[in-house]
This record gives sequence, C-alpha cells and structure tokens, in this order.
Amino acid sequence: MEVIFKRPEALTATPTHYCPGCSHGIIHRLVAETLDELGLRERAVGVAPVGCSVLAYNYFNCDFQEAAHGRAPAFATGIKRVRPDLIVFTYQGDGDLASIGMAEIVHAANRGEKFTTIFVNNAVYGMTGGQMAPTTLSEQVTTTCPMGRDTSDVGHPIRVAELLASLETPAYVARVSAHRPHDIVAARRAIRKAFQYQAEGLCFSLVEVLATCPTNWGKTSSDAVEWLEKNMIPYFPLGELKTPGDDSVAGLTEGL
Amino acid sequence: MAKRLMKGAEAIGEAAIRAHCRAYFCYPITPQTEVAEYLVRRMPEVDGVFLQAESELAASNMLFGAAAAGARVFTSSSSPGIALMSEAISYIAAAELPTVFVNIMRCGPGLGGILPAQGDYLNATKGGGHGDYHCIVLAPASVQEAVDLTMSAFELAETYRTPVFVLGDGLIGQMMEPVEFKEGVVNPPPERPWATTGCKDRDPNLVKTLFLDPAALEVHNRKLAAKYREIRANEVRFERYNMDSRPETVMVAYGTVARICKTAIDFLKEKGHEVGLVRPITLYPFPHEELLAIARDEATRNVLVVEMSNGQMLEDVERATRFLKPISFFGRQGGIVPAPEEVVRELELLAS
Repeated sequence: MEVIFKRPEALTATPTHYCPGCSHGIIHRLVAETLDELGLRERAVGVAPVGCSVLAYNYFNCDFQEAAHGRAPAFATGIKRVRPDLIVFTYQGDGDLASIGMAEIVHAANRGEKFTTIFVNNAVYGMTGGQMAPTTLSEQVTTTCPMGRDTSDVGHPIRVAELLASLETPAYVARVSAHRPHDIVAARRAIRKAFQYQAEGLCFSLVEVLATCPTNWGKTSSDAVEWLEKNMIPYFPLGELKTPGDDSVAGLTEGL
Repeated sequence: MAKRLMKGAEAIGEAAIRAHCRAYFCYPITPQTEVAEYLVRRMPEVDGVFLQAESELAASNMLFGAAAAGARVFTSSSSPGIALMSEAISYIAAAELPTVFVNIMRCGPGLGGILPAQGDYLNATKGGGHGDYHCIVLAPASVQEAVDLTMSAFELAETYRTPVFVLGDGLIGQMMEPVEFKEGVVNPPPERPWATTGCKDRDPNLVKTLFLDPAALEVHNRKLAAKYREIRANEVRFERYNMDSRPETVMVAYGTVARICKTAIDFLKEKGHEVGLVRPITLYPFPHEELLAIARDEATRNVLVVEMSNGQMLEDVERATRFLKPISFFGRQGGIVPAPEEVVRELELLAS
C-alpha cells in the first residue's frame, strides 16, 4: 500500500503537551515538513523559547538548544556566527519575542543574521496562564487586563512583522495564519521560503504565524478560529511585508 | 619569545587568541573596551568571529549559543556589564558549557565610577546569578599573570565544562607591562560530542537547562555540586610571600592590591620587621586549607585583609581561619587605590 501521508522525519513520535485547538502542533509540522523537503534536518539547530513551546525540543527530531526567556535570537546569532554552515531557527511566542526579547530580535534582524525565526502570535501569554502580551488586542480580556486591554493605559498591540520590515537591512518578513486550511497552505509556503533564503545564505527571515489559544481565550476550538479570523486578521494583516531585494531564489516571487 | 609592552586589556585579547579562542561577543564598557578594540582587528587574522552585541544580555547569550555549537568563546566586560550577564552565566553553568568571562572590575554600586575596585568578589565567587552554581575565579596581579590566567581559564573551562572568570581590577586592564606569550600552553578545543552541530549520523543533541521533574533537577544539581567539590580539591592556587620566617602578621590580598602589600612588606623588612602575605590566585576555589594552617600556626598572631572593597574576601578569610586569630581589615573604595604607606601604617598599628 502506498503511504501518502506520514509523520515528517523532522518530528519525533512524542505526543505533544499542547491544548486541544492550539496551533503549535500545526506550526511544528509545517517547520518539520520544510526541513524534510529541503533536506536540512541533519544540519538544523533549533532554539526553543520560554513559553508554551519551551518543550519544542521534545518534538523536533534535530539538534536543539533551549534559550533563556527572549534570548533565542542571541543564541541563534552565536550559533550561526561560529557555524554558518548550520541551518538555525528560533521558535518563539509573542511574550518571548515581542516583550522580553524585543531588543534581541530587532538587533538580530537589523544585523541581518542569517537564521530563521518562527514567531507564533496568539495575542496572549500561554504558559503562565493567559496574561496580557504586547500583541494582546485592544479590549481583549486577559488575567492581567481583566477589564480588557486599555490602550490609553498600556498602549496598542505591537505589529512585529511591520516593525521589523521597516528596517533597512534586507530580510524576508511575512505574516501568515494557521487557523484555516488555505491559510495553513500559505503559511507552509512562507516558512519554506524563509528556510530557503537562509539556506542560500541570503538574509534574516521571520514568519509571524497567527495562532489560536482556546484555553487562555476561554473559547471552544471552533470559536477560537472564528475569533482569530474576525479580530486578529484585521489588525494583523496577512502577507509578505518584506522580501530581500535581490530575489535570487527561483520561484519565490509569486504571492502567498 | 621576546617580551612585548602591552596594555592589560589588549594582552588579555591576545592571550585568548593564543588559547585557540575563535569567537568573542562583547558590549563596550570602561575600563576594558580595549579588549574589543584589539580583537576587532585581531580575530579576522585567525578567521575568528568578532561581534559587538546590542547589550551585555545579548553578548552573554550569544556566548551560550556559540559554546553549545562547539566553539571556544569568551567575552569581557566590567562590573555593571557583568551584572547584566548574570542571567546567561547561570544558564551556562547549568548547561555546563566551557566559556570564559573577563571582568575588569570598576567601582560601584550602581553606575559608580570607572576607576579600579574589587567590589565584585562576592558576585564572582558566590554566583552572581540565580540557582546553585559556582564559577572558577582567577585573579591576576600583573599583566603577565592576566595573560597566563586567561590561557589557563580556557583550559579549566574545557576540563570542567564550566564558566571561568578572570577577575581583574581596573588597573589590570589599563596598565602597560612587558608580557610574554608562551607557546603551546593551551590545547585546541577537543571534540565536543554533546554540541549542537547537526545530527547527521547520530541522534539529535539537546543543550538545555530546564528540568521540570524535581527528582531529575536534584540529580543535575548534585552532579554540579560534585564537580565543584572536584574543583575545590584540585584547583586551589595561591602565592606565599615572605612566609618562610613564620611572621607574626600575615596579610591576605589578591590582584593588584597584593602587589601593593608586597611593597609594604619589602619596606618593613628593610626596617627589620617581618610581615607575610598569602595571595589567593584562585578566589573560587579559595585557599581555605592554607589559611587554616596559618591560623593554627602558633607563630601567627594576627591577620590583615586588604581589599579595594568594604570587605568581601574578608568573609572567606574569616571562614577559612575560623576566627582562630584576630582579623583586621583595611579597605579603600570608590576607585581609590591604597598606597603602600597606608598599608605600612595599618601594619604598624597592629604591631603597636
């Protein structure tokens, strides 16, 4: 019998600890499929964040380092600078990347460090139990803004992809979503591009992936998908925000 | 090899190169920025990596990534910068990564000043970051010793898979002295089979510090504790100066301050007074046994600890000597370096 669908080699056979309806499993799979397809697994080094995906190293079948909170881009810089032949990626959530690790990601992107960042934005701190993140939407309720995010008090949610795309240094920056099948297909294309640019030694690449967190949003899985579609996408529009000027990777110019 | 006249900070940079270090991540801070200014030119000559990071936080975490990817790495900073690096140092100690940190101490607390001090003794020897860990701490008293100990630091880091500090006061970074770089002192980095170098032909490697299972974390902590016991048993280094006559007064001082104490000792010797000095070269591990033996010697009548701090090493001397003999302390702070005459005056007060 012909096998037409199986676990990617770049994923282990470990059941994940993620909640039902969480997007991490899908995003892990997209990264793993990319590593398989591009033949990068054996020279890949992942860097795990602090947050729900802190245990990502249990699920990826490749070398991994586990970073301090927010410092994954500094870890990745260290790895890539001493071993440019390796394929290095960070996998970070919004608290990790956009709050405590904002300096590290901005400067890594600005230096044009040639690694890839998968930035999972679910608008909330997950592991600590649903606190306000820099990406929490206006009026969104979390445990540390129980009356809803008051932008006059704590500012507006940060659009990380736009912020990084404003840097002069060439980079690949895209925002995708993992909530509906056609979005997942687009997300897969963006992640593949990001790794391909790195493999070509071209530029820093970051793919922001909008993700659901039914547990901390207090919603069912299907309601969470609806909520993402109606609330997150209008504020965090999808698409490629920045591509490296010299597009030397064949077939990457078509849109997502 | 011929001697060269070099500034301490630059000599430390060259020593790292001679010790086969090929990656340096840094952030500028007085009084040691010359390490960076030296290495930005020198590293490319040996195909090494030089990178000025956006902060000490980032530089030290880059060190983690690079060391865990198998490279021999180091950074240098000064007191407030080292405080920022404490996060990464705790993680590096936990992950057992060979790394070297040079701290050219300036005066604090807070922004303090840029002049020499020894106020980071406790930070360096007792663990500046969180959790149960120790770093090996080496304290040079001259530019030559800064070179020798920097090389030694890389060897010790590799042997014990642990962060090693070279802890110098501001004078060590800024003064110029003749130095010689001995050849073949440090071996190139060995294979690091645990490093994250890509999993071709092997199972994936993981470098982490998270242990959610308390039993597993206790096992890990005990493993680290056993390593620190081994370090304490094998790596204690100190210098004895004018101790053969079993002097009544014994001084304890490290770094540049020990040289000032030696000047005071030589001055008093000419006048017929014998004073001894024990200079710890390793601050962790501390020469407890040597100091206990001196305290137990009936010839010893008192101990004088001299530091450019408010008395930090003093606590270790008190512990080592178990208060068997009276201990006095003389310290200058704020970037003021004690003059030999001041030390002589303290010694004369003790004798009177």
